Amino acid sequence: MIAIVDYGVGNLFSLKSSFAQVGADTIVTPDPDVIKKADKILLPGVGAFGDAAEKLKKTGLGDLIIEEAKKGKPLLGICLGMQLLFEKSYEYGEHEGLGLIKGEIKPIADVIPKDLKIPHIGWNALNFKGDASPIFKKINNGDFVYFVHSYYGANCEESVIATTEYGAELTAAVQNKNVFGCQFHPEKSGNVGLNILRGFCDLEVL
Amino acid sequence: MITKRIIPCLDVKDARVVKGVNFAGLSDVSSPVELAKYYCENGADELVFYDITASSDGRKLFTDILKEVASTIFIPLTVGGGINTVEDFDRVLKSGADKVSVNSGAIRNPNLIYEAAKLYGNQCVVISADVKRVDGEFRVFAKGGREDTGIEAISWIKRCVDLGAGEVVLNSIDTDGVKGGFDLEMLEAVCNVVDVPVIASGGAGKIEDFVTLFKTLPKVDAGLAASIFHFGEVSITDLKNTLLKENIPVRI
Repeated sequence: MIAIVDYGVGNLFSLKSSFAQVGADTIVTPDPDVIKKADKILLPGVGAFGDAAEKLKKTGLGDLIIEEAKKGKPLLGICLGMQLLFEKSYEYGEHEGLGLIKGEIKPIADVIPKDLKIPHIGWNALNFKGDASPIFKKINNGDFVYFVHSYYGANCEESVIATTEYGAELTAAVQNKNVFGCQFHPEKSGNVGLNILRGFCDLEVL
Repeated sequence: MITKRIIPCLDVKDARVVKGVNFAGLSDVSSPVELAKYYCENGADELVFYDITASSDGRKLFTDILKEVASTIFIPLTVGGGINTVEDFDRVLKSGADKVSVNSGAIRNPNLIYEAAKLYGNQCVVISADVKRVDGEFRVFAKGGREDTGIEAISWIKRCVDLGAGEVVLNSIDTDGVKGGFDLEMLEAVCNVVDVPVIASGGAGKIEDFVTLFKTLPKVDAGLAASIFHFGEVSITDLKNTLLKENIPVRI
C-alpha cells in the first residue's frame, strides 16, 4: 500500500488513477497511523512552497514523513512535493523544507536566458546522471517527461539523478538513498511516466 | 530542450465526440475514451476537450466521461466549454482536467481569470480567444465565434494574461476551416505582447503548415487542430517526424 499524503493541497485524481493503472494500491490520507503502516509514501504538491511547508509543519505530517524516511521507507515527492524534500526554498521569502535532500529551491529566472518563458512548461528530455536510478530502470536516458514549474533544485549535485535542458541544466530528479523526487509530473508523462511509477512501486524498504 | 506540442482538439456533445472521425481500427469512433487513447498512443502531447452541450444533463454526462478519460490516459488534459464560474473550474479539475480554458465566461466576467488563477495557479488557467479581423483591427468574438464583442483582441489577451491566465489559445476565425495555414500575422501580434505559452489554432491543412508556423514564429509553443487529425489527413506521427527533420524539437 502506498500512502498519498493528503495535507490539503492539490488535486490527487490523476496521481491516484496513474498508480491504479500500474496496479498499485494507494490510499489518499492525512492519517499518521495509515502513513506509518504504508510501505511507501508519496508526497504530492502544487501551489506555493511556503503554504505547503506550513501545512506539513502544522499537521505534524512533515515530522512523520522525515521519521518514516529515516527508517528506510521509500518516499517519492512530485513537483512541489520534490521541492519540499529540500532544506529550504527562496520562493516568496525564505522557507524551511524537510531537509531530506541537501540543497535549496531557487527561481529558474536566476539561471535561464531572459527570452525563455517561465514557467518551464511542456515535454522535455531527461538526461541521467551517473548510473540509472532504480526509479528509472524501466525507462531510457533521453525519454521525455512533462514539466510545469518556475523554481528548481539548486546546490544539490550529490543527489541529482537526472537533469533537463532549458537554457540551463535544471534538476529534473533527485535521490538520497530511499528518498526520491521528480520535478516533472510522472502521472502526466504518458508511458514513460507510468514506467517511473512502476520503478518506484518495485522498490523495497532499505 | 523544450519541445513544440501537438494538440488534437475534441468537441464533445452528450458524451460523444461530434463531427465524426475517420480512423481505421477504432471500434467506436465517437467515443471520447477510445479517441483519447488513440491519440495518446499516437504521439499527441496533450488533449483538449470542448464541452459543446448546453443542457445541464449534457454537462453531467460530460463530467462523467471526463473522469473516464482522465483515468485512462496520462497526458495533460485541457477542458473548455461552459466554464463561467469558479465552481465550473472546480467541477472539471476534480474530474481530472489539468487545465481549464475560458472564453465567453471570461468576456462576461474577466475577474473569473483572476479568481481561478489565485485558487488553482496560473498554469491551470487558459484563455481561449476566437479572433477575427473587423474594420482593420483584431476583434474578439464570443459564443463560439458567432458574436462580435467589439473588444480589441490583442489588448484583451494581454489583459487576461495580466489577470493570471498562464496560457493562450488563439483561434483565428479568418483562417479556421480554410486549411490554408495558421494565421501568422495574428499570432505574431499576440506573441509580441505576452510571455506565456501561445497555442496556435485555426487554419492547419497539412504538415507544412506546422513547419511554417514553428519556423516563422519560434515563440509559438504548440499547434492545435481538430478535423485534419480526426479525418486522418495529417497523422501526428508523420507530422512529428517531419518537424524533427526540419530541426524543430518534438517529443517522439
